[in-house]
Amino acid sequence: MAIAALITIVILIFLQNLLMPKYMSEILEGALISEYYSEDIKDHDVIFIGDCEVYENFSPITLWKEYGITSFIRGSAQQLIWHSYYLLEDTLKYEKPDVVVFNVLSMMYDEPQNEAYNRMALDGMPLSLSKLKSIKASMVEEEKFITYIFPILRYHSRWDELSGEDFKYMFKKDKITHNGYLMRVDVKPVTTIPRARKLPNYELSDICYDYLKKMTALCKENDIELVLIKAPSIYPHWYDEWDEQIEDYASENGLLYINFLKYTDEIGIDFQTDTYDAGLHLNLSGAEKLTKYFGKLLSDEFNLADRRDDEQLSKVWIEKEAFYIDIMEKQYAELEELGYIKAFNSKKNEE
Amino acid sequence: MLFTSYNFILFLVVLFIIYYLIPKKYQWMLLLLGSFVFYSYSGWDNVAYITVTILATYFVSLKIGQLYEQQDSYIKENKGSLAREDRKKYKAKINAKQKKYLLLCLLFDLGILAVLKYTNFVISNINSIGNLFKATEISFLDIALPMGISFYTFQSVGYLVDVYRGKYAPEKNLGKFALFVSFFPQLVQGPISRFDDLGEQLYAGHSFDYKNVSFGIQRILWGFFKKLVIADRILVGVNTITQNPETYQGIYVFLGMIFYAVQLYADFTGGIDITIGIAQVFGIELKENFQRPFFSKSIVEYWRRWHITMGTWFRDYVFYPVSISSPMLKLSKFSRKHLGEKLGKKVPVYLSTIIVWSATGIWHGASWNFIVWGLLNCLVIIVSQEFEPLYAKFHSKFNVRHNFFFRLFQVARTFLLMCSIRILDCYRNVGISFKMYFSMFTNWNFGEIFNGGLLGLGLKKSDYIVLIFGIIIMTVFSLIQRKGSVREQLTEKSDVLQYAVGIALFVSIITFGAYGIGYDSNQFIYNQF
Repeated sequence: MAIAALITIVILIFLQNLLMPKYMSEILEGALISEYYSEDIKDHDVIFIGDCEVYENFSPITLWKEYGITSFIRGSAQQLIWHSYYLLEDTLKYEKPDVVVFNVLSMMYDEPQNEAYNRMALDGMPLSLSKLKSIKASMVEEEKFITYIFPILRYHSRWDELSGEDFKYMFKKDKITHNGYLMRVDVKPVTTIPRARKLPNYELSDICYDYLKKMTALCKENDIELVLIKAPSIYPHWYDEWDEQIEDYASENGLLYINFLKYTDEIGIDFQTDTYDAGLHLNLSGAEKLTKYFGKLLSDEFNLADRRDDEQLSKVWIEKEAFYIDIMEKQYAELEELGYIKAFNSKKNEE
Repeated sequence: MLFTSYNFILFLVVLFIIYYLIPKKYQWMLLLLGSFVFYSYSGWDNVAYITVTILATYFVSLKIGQLYEQQDSYIKENKGSLAREDRKKYKAKINAKQKKYLLLCLLFDLGILAVLKYTNFVISNINSIGNLFKATEISFLDIALPMGISFYTFQSVGYLVDVYRGKYAPEKNLGKFALFVSFFPQLVQGPISRFDDLGEQLYAGHSFDYKNVSFGIQRILWGFFKKLVIADRILVGVNTITQNPETYQGIYVFLGMIFYAVQLYADFTGGIDITIGIAQVFGIELKENFQRPFFSKSIVEYWRRWHITMGTWFRDYVFYPVSISSPMLKLSKFSRKHLGEKLGKKVPVYLSTIIVWSATGIWHGASWNFIVWGLLNCLVIIVSQEFEPLYAKFHSKFNVRHNFFFRLFQVARTFLLMCSIRILDCYRNVGISFKMYFSMFTNWNFGEIFNGGLLGLGLKKSDYIVLIFGIIIMTVFSLIQRKGSVREQLTEKSDVLQYAVGIALFVSIITFGAYGIGYDSNQFIYNQF
């Protein structure tokens, strides 16, 4: 009996690993969250949390190269504020960074949005109390809690769409990001900017404030500087009314808040060359410009030490740089040969 | 709370653990509590309905029982002095009182069912007639049918009639009686149990019995397999065809008919497997409701093997009482006198059959589709009975009764006949059902299904593969079952094979079940009856 139960469990684990999406050649965003846990050295000066406006717009490799700051982006597609909070809570179990950077765009969402994005934010987290709380806070109506604990109950029907990739990456996946940064080198200039529609109510909701307060308290408890940012993505539109509320919150709590949309000229962002999807996200060129700008600010404001002299760290980051350059060159080559980047061709470039 | 929901599985596991931890004398109380918790998930108003039925039936059956006791003690006390005639008179007097109580309670129990289930059907018919005269339409009542009302009402009625007939004494403990009516596994889709089968089992304590528990779990798994792997997967195809009658005609109607037969069988028998399995896990043996009905060689045999407890309920509580009722006896006398002995004898029998089948039809659903469905079943049964001498002649001339191919032909004929009648269950009204049925003979589009038609029904190639394997497995199990319980037969095999079958079943349900996001959460078909 016990042996039969054991065999059943082994079969189910095997099947679960086989059936779960791997996100290795498309919808790469799904692979972001889990990558952090496979890092050998979890020692970062800065942790970014938030949605695509962090994992597409900031480059930890540039931060390292330019300022010797180590960082990791714990971003995922349409990461909502409760995802961010619990991800931060989980991250702090592994390390205590000096600075946490939170992109405030998700303050606009006060209720769970979409199962697919929940999955991308949650499936990659190992089982922990933070994960359980995050699941509870995130589920949309049709979702079931147990399917996050046993993902086979969610992905069982993928058996008829399995590919070689599913077998290849059953137990070990390739690295996709550069410390959480998802690189894109292609360019799609801004031509028109959609007009912002009027909202019936510009008040950011209490539930979002609750999580923001919890995040502030968590950082304070751990002696971490919390920095609020709004990345320079042109849309979804960031309303002045929202900006004022975040400014007020930051000043009330003694936090630094930077709305990069106000500094695009100073940063040098050219929306004809520095975005790959007409203003939603920056491409590599834009991300590097923004990161250089922000890196200086971080080092000046928080006295973050330049750690490039640390031999052990340097060794690790040299490898990361090499991987960064390798992927960059591959993307340029694909772009030249095909006119597009394979991994991103099949997906829509919006969150 | 659906049997196939995670909540239900959790509920069951918790109940199971507590059941075998507490002293046996409290087990029935736990089951009662569990049954009401389960039922409360369907809404507190539904709890109120079942409670009212329980209370009414309980008190009236007690009264009827008291009258029996009063009669017995009176006869006993006056044994010497009471003449036979007086005793008869006294009994008749008591019986008349009992009958009043019985009728009152029947009216009440069945009245609740009738009002909740049939009011809107009556209103829609009145409106249809009113429309002819341009009368103002009556608004429909905003009432939802309580879960399992047809089942628990029939079970209560059966109990009441049995007490009235003196088959057994009424249960004096209200809680125990409430458990008999509300026992949660059988509440939603039967089987319709009898008190003398189930009562004692519910109230007697049960020790943990490995065989019972493992057999119960195996039966539950088998039910899950049928429901989730087969019924809920083929459902998409059935819905596509039957909900779009303008698009899907001819060969698609035939396909829909077959698909629906598979869906209904897998859904209903799967649900009953889960029900019986759950009861067995608690040490309680429920009556079987199916006996491989699709292997029946005639429609009469089919109805002896399909939804058995409903069939026997109608036989015992409708057919027999109607057949021997005084109006029917008068009719029998009249028809024999005027139509001759042979034909005259048949009139009351056939009339009772028509009444039973009309009731069976309307029990299945408040629509003309089900009434016509019931009457068509009745028609086929009567016609086949009338043709009996012809069949006898045929068999005396051609000795094929035991020929395999002839039996196969009989099975196929019965299956197709039942599929044809069941078409009324699929389409939204009687007119469309007949129109679609006849389109099979007028719209020759057989080639379409192999020109992409099959894959246009919402089912992918992989769905068909799972369904084919599922149906093969279901058929093989049915064939094995002819030699007795599959589980018993399996215990005679090696441990490795036993575990392999169990593991394969469990893993198949997890992997190939049509559940979760992307699939609708489907009620069991018979829940709505």
